[in-house]
Amino acid sequence: MKKQIAVIGLEMHCELKSNSKVFSKACNSYNETPNSNIAPLDMAFPGTLPVVNKKCVADALKVSMALNCTQPEYMYFDRKNYYYPDLPKGYQITQMDSPVGVNGHIEIEVDEELIPVDIHDVHLEEDAASLDHYFDTSTIDYNRSGVPLLELVTEPCLHSAKEAVAFLEHMRDIYKYLDVSEADTKKGQIRCDVNVSIMDEDSQVFGTRVEIKNVNSFGGVADAINYEIKRQTSLKEEGRYNEVEQETRRWDEEKGQTIHMRSKVDAIDYKYFVEPNIPKYKITKEWLEELKQEIPQLHLERKYNYINNYGLSNYDASILVKEKSISDYFEECLKLNIDAKSASNWITTQILGYINKYELTINEIFLTPKRLKDLIEALNKGDISSKQAKDIFYKILDEKKEVASFITKDNAQINDETVLTDLIAQILTNNPNQVDQYKAGKTNLFDFFVGQVMKETKGKANPNLTKEILTNKLK
Amino acid sequence: MLDKTLKEIHEALINKQVTSEDLVKEALAKSYEIKEKYNAFVTILDDAKGRTVTDDLVSGIPFGVKDNYSTKDVLSTGSSNTLNNYVPFYTATVVQNLFNKGAIMVNKTAMDEFGMGGTGTTCHTGPVLNPWDKTRMCAGSSAGSACAVASGVYPYALGSDTGDSIRKPAAFCGIVGYKPTYGMLSRYGLFPFASSLDHCGVLTRCVEDAAIIVDAMKGQDENDMTSWDSSNIHLEKHLNDNVQGKKLFYIKEIADLENYPNASVELKEHLQNFHDTLNKFKTLGVEIEGVSINQELLNAIASVYVIISCAEATSNMSNLTGIIFGPRGNNPKVMDMIKEHRTLGFSPLIKRRFVIGSYVLQKENQERYFKNAQRVRRLIVDKIEELFQKYDGLILPVSSGPAKHFDQDDDCIDENTSVLEEHLQIGNFGGFPSITIPSGFINDLPVGINITGARYHDELVLNLASKLESLMPYKGQIAKEVTK
Repeated sequence: MKKQIAVIGLEMHCELKSNSKVFSKACNSYNETPNSNIAPLDMAFPGTLPVVNKKCVADALKVSMALNCTQPEYMYFDRKNYYYPDLPKGYQITQMDSPVGVNGHIEIEVDEELIPVDIHDVHLEEDAASLDHYFDTSTIDYNRSGVPLLELVTEPCLHSAKEAVAFLEHMRDIYKYLDVSEADTKKGQIRCDVNVSIMDEDSQVFGTRVEIKNVNSFGGVADAINYEIKRQTSLKEEGRYNEVEQETRRWDEEKGQTIHMRSKVDAIDYKYFVEPNIPKYKITKEWLEELKQEIPQLHLERKYNYINNYGLSNYDASILVKEKSISDYFEECLKLNIDAKSASNWITTQILGYINKYELTINEIFLTPKRLKDLIEALNKGDISSKQAKDIFYKILDEKKEVASFITKDNAQINDETVLTDLIAQILTNNPNQVDQYKAGKTNLFDFFVGQVMKETKGKANPNLTKEILTNKLK
Repeated sequence: MLDKTLKEIHEALINKQVTSEDLVKEALAKSYEIKEKYNAFVTILDDAKGRTVTDDLVSGIPFGVKDNYSTKDVLSTGSSNTLNNYVPFYTATVVQNLFNKGAIMVNKTAMDEFGMGGTGTTCHTGPVLNPWDKTRMCAGSSAGSACAVASGVYPYALGSDTGDSIRKPAAFCGIVGYKPTYGMLSRYGLFPFASSLDHCGVLTRCVEDAAIIVDAMKGQDENDMTSWDSSNIHLEKHLNDNVQGKKLFYIKEIADLENYPNASVELKEHLQNFHDTLNKFKTLGVEIEGVSINQELLNAIASVYVIISCAEATSNMSNLTGIIFGPRGNNPKVMDMIKEHRTLGFSPLIKRRFVIGSYVLQKENQERYFKNAQRVRRLIVDKIEELFQKYDGLILPVSSGPAKHFDQDDDCIDENTSVLEEHLQIGNFGGFPSITIPSGFINDLPVGINITGARYHDELVLNLASKLESLMPYKGQIAKEVTK
């Protein structure tokens, strides 16, 4: 058999942040108490009507622009009709004809290489209620009914589980950078459908596509794709490829298997038509321009800026752009002319260590970029040693005082060459044995002498100067 | 007292000739009488109380509400078994607007199930009888409202109009039926039939009362995105404006007798009545011309209506599953539970329309039926709007005569008179303001005439209707049962 390649397309649903739901006034926030965030529309009481939440449309348009999609001239919605107990109206308000974005394209990074991903469309819709099934009964929680949902559909252009997960992570970061979603898989805010087929490496014709519904974690997406590629490839190897049918399967996480749900012949006809209760309205160029202004530089662009223009490693740059607030902090440091590598080191080691330990955000800590600059300058000027700088770092955070208040004459670094020369002469005189051994070739005793200097100066001796003088004296 | 006009009743309240409490008692007593005789109501509100009389003309005066309006704490069934136990917890905007002005709801009126049907015979409480002749229909779907207003239970009742559901029963009951421009009255709280065609409206015994009530109910509603700001429109104020020089048209293909070679005596009399009425109107200096419209376009009206209304209805009523409200099915499996609720709950007429609606929306049929119906709807509206550039309004006879006997079922289309029966749907296609007023009698049974105008020109439409009304002796008439 020829080498097989996988062809993967993703449908990614992401819940958007907003004060109220996409078509009703009920609060849009995660709530433990079932059926507490609901308006009459969310339970489809007769006579209720949808009213579009403009903020959700604005956020959806921002995503559309960030994905380089084309935005429609007019905004309107469609009804997707089907019966299910989690769908109180018996239809979902979504976008079929005129989604907020079509024909987009972005680049994502996989193993430090950029690969293109084509976006078929991105559309705004409402979430369904959530169902919980027990032994002999099921319950419906309408809190989720009407929560704004953005569905993004890629072209079948991905080729491995790794690429698929990289895409999902990339998108999650974009949602967070745009501040339109918490994009938290643990809260069920991201849910995916995955389309997988295989074909001969040199073929131009796609194989039979299998859709896997409702995969709710990135790990699950990877497992489901790998399982499905293996299943389809084995069948092909055995000459039974005709048994791969165009069907919808679901991912059973416990069993680690995809399981048949329905065949193509049983596909549901959703009888789409334009939602008549929401008048068509024009999306003006001015509005789009306004929204565009609100889109920040996204993580990948920032990352390559840090690598190419500031000489950071891919690893450090990745850490810095992982969260927008951290990247913003870093850029603030750059604006203050702090050396990029030095700022990066402080952020990726000390600051992130501290905020992760205390579960803080970078914007909450007392050490602002300006204060970090003061600290780094004190270190560079030699007013403090790097060991002292670390101590002062924690003192600033704990005591919430300016850097200057921790730099006293007492702990200033000893940079005076004559003071150090005298001190070193004294130490060498006091340790004649070690000097002899050193001169006889036991050079690792050099650190012993440095240690003695530090001991005498309580760590305040300028280490570089100390080493320089020692080297000369021990010649 | 309740057989008078709003202004007369208000005057009596102000002068303390009668109290609001007296009016409520009178309305309730009359409600029971009319329920007994004509089966016009789903619910009579025994605990209705008199209210303070203010400067608002509707204050302290009883009224009726069609049962497809959501009314808080009051059973609201849409005359359907699928909602036979449904008590809403919110009140429709237009009803609330009347409550806020001191109006008193005394009953909920029976209707064709969810407004689907034009006979008044498909209510879950049984058919509504015509107060002029109990062997005849009121037409529908606002049958109970038309019957009650014609019987003098109160001066007005709310109706809803998706095809002609206010304007036809008004004609068959000898009263006034008015649906304003689409979006002037909020639909929030009106149980939907076909959202793009549904209009709220009112049934009264005179044009002035219709103007007063819509003035009181209208206003942009944050809960209905299709509603608009009509604060610069004052219907009552313009009722007596001079109509001299106003120009109306009628459609020859619909209203000229020569198009009906096999016309019945009744139809001949009806069309004669129409032309006589036009002649009366001309005495006020109103110019009226017959205009010819492509017959094929006119013939398409009924099919366009069926396709669009059934399609939207199928979707709109998918919320009726019995899970959240309405009687729940007994089957333990959820999909079967829904199936049972809907199978037992809906009348055969509705089920037939759901089948049509689903059929025309199916992927393989949608282009041929639903999309084409929408295109033809646009063609019809464009044609009428083009004429509204030249004319102030369209005037036509309502139906092919007076109310029909119960054995003349109306859910199939009679090709000979279909356009005459269905043309009021043009008003729903275009969202045009449209009013029916009584124009005379055939065999002692009332018939009506309709005036329809351009969108947002409600003031002019009511002005014309009011002037025409003043030339005829039918203003404020109360139904009298004919005995033959």
